Amino acid sequence: MATYSTNEFKGGLKLLLDGDPCTIIENEFVKPGKGQAFNRVKIRNLKTGRVLEKTFRSGESVEAADVIDRDLQYLYSDGEFWHFMDNDSFEQYQADATAMGEAVKWIKEQDSCMVVLWNGAPIAVEAPNFVSLVITETDPGLKGDTSGGGGKPATLETGAVVRVPLFIQGGEKIKVDTRTGDYVSRVKDD
Amino acid sequence: MPIQEWRPGAGLHALRARAAMLADLRRYFADAGVLEVETPLACSSSGTDPSLEPIRARYTGPVFPRGRGLYLQTSPELGMKRLLAAGSGPIYQICKAFRNGEAGRLHNPEFSILEWYRPGFDLEQLMEEVADIARLALGQPKLASERQTYAGLFESVLQLDVFDNSAEQLQELAIARHVLGAEQLQLDRDGWLDLLMSHLVQPKLGRERLCFVSDYPASQAALARLNRDGRTAARFELFFAGIELANGFHELVDPDEQAQRFEADNCQRRAQGLRPIKVDRLLLGALEHGLPDCSGVAVGLDRLLMLRLGENEIDRVLSFSLQRC
Repeated sequence: MATYSTNEFKGGLKLLLDGDPCTIIENEFVKPGKGQAFNRVKIRNLKTGRVLEKTFRSGESVEAADVIDRDLQYLYSDGEFWHFMDNDSFEQYQADATAMGEAVKWIKEQDSCMVVLWNGAPIAVEAPNFVSLVITETDPGLKGDTSGGGGKPATLETGAVVRVPLFIQGGEKIKVDTRTGDYVSRVKDD
Repeated sequence: MPIQEWRPGAGLHALRARAAMLADLRRYFADAGVLEVETPLACSSSGTDPSLEPIRARYTGPVFPRGRGLYLQTSPELGMKRLLAAGSGPIYQICKAFRNGEAGRLHNPEFSILEWYRPGFDLEQLMEEVADIARLALGQPKLASERQTYAGLFESVLQLDVFDNSAEQLQELAIARHVLGAEQLQLDRDGWLDLLMSHLVQPKLGRERLCFVSDYPASQAALARLNRDGRTAARFELFFAGIELANGFHELVDPDEQAQRFEADNCQRRAQGLRPIKVDRLLLGALEHGLPDCSGVAVGLDRLLMLRLGENEIDRVLSFSLQRC
């Protein structure tokens, strides 16, 4: 069982806490001049995404979590699982809906995603920050309105709904920021 | 890639502010008739406090051809007390101190201390002088100050009687107050008090005024004499903006009690799996000879400078902190 001492704590270190894999966001060394030293750590639970604080006695050891981030290509979904492949080793992985989270709304086959693997299995999937998707449905645009004010809902090929400016038409391809769900621009295919 | 770490963490304005602060302090003590002294940074013995770990060094050559183990001092206290016993009168020192295992936003293993001793002063008088020094170093001459006792503070912030609680009860309180991780910690009574202090009490201390906390529990006396009540020690700390800045004692002068505390500390060290520290028999010799009744205090100069400049990390006021040295 691999462990880390509190002396090794730093941002990004992966720990196993109460059975869940976690990553350190922030580590603060706290010590009274004459007294017990502590590490006060801000941690993200990689399964639930929840952020919590935890205090360790300095010098203590904590179990390491076998967690790695890997760039994988999204292949297809069979309805229950989303299948990914490592383009170097051709190894395949399947993520369930919990691991997919919000990424489900944004990714298409062939897209490349950052996948967090815990003990070799996906626990979180991150869509690329920007994706280009075709609008499958939206109200007809108002001709000549290029102000972008107001906006209207548009359904994308993945099923996600975003707000787009009034001049955008069905069938057009747009760029979306997946972190906020905001429309960024039109995409011109050449 | 060009090497970037050669650059200092402190900006030029911080280097200048440090020089000005040191000049102000030296002028203050010269005017007050307090003598500047130097004592060795590398000594054959060190304080025994289990919560302070010295960095070890070794000299080999003439006088000690087979080598002599030395400790880089954790504070200049032991040497300065020997000067007091030799009749120095009031003295101060501005020097480096070293503490192994301490690095973080407010800690660097090598840091600057201002330490001074006032024969004939009790803690009240010394606290007044510490407030003046803090105002001078912070550049805030009108800063107000307040006094709290350790027990009074725990009573008002946590509704807790510090003298009447077991380690288990203190742990329950930490859990009830949402110190996450408290369920799994194993600490003794003083460890729990340190946890409550550093997590729940200290962050609130010294908002817009200097906050002195005095009369620490006897179990945290360090090198302070005990008060007449027998359960508190003549020790104070200064906090400003939630940061610990100074630690002062009405000094223990009894050589027998001093020897017992060294021994008790070393017992605790062995129990915690820490290396025992060679007891300073030279200090005990000085106490046998007679240490004048005095109070003394150590002030963290780097943290004072941080607060003066509004910096959030000690690295920003040091030329070369651990990562750069």
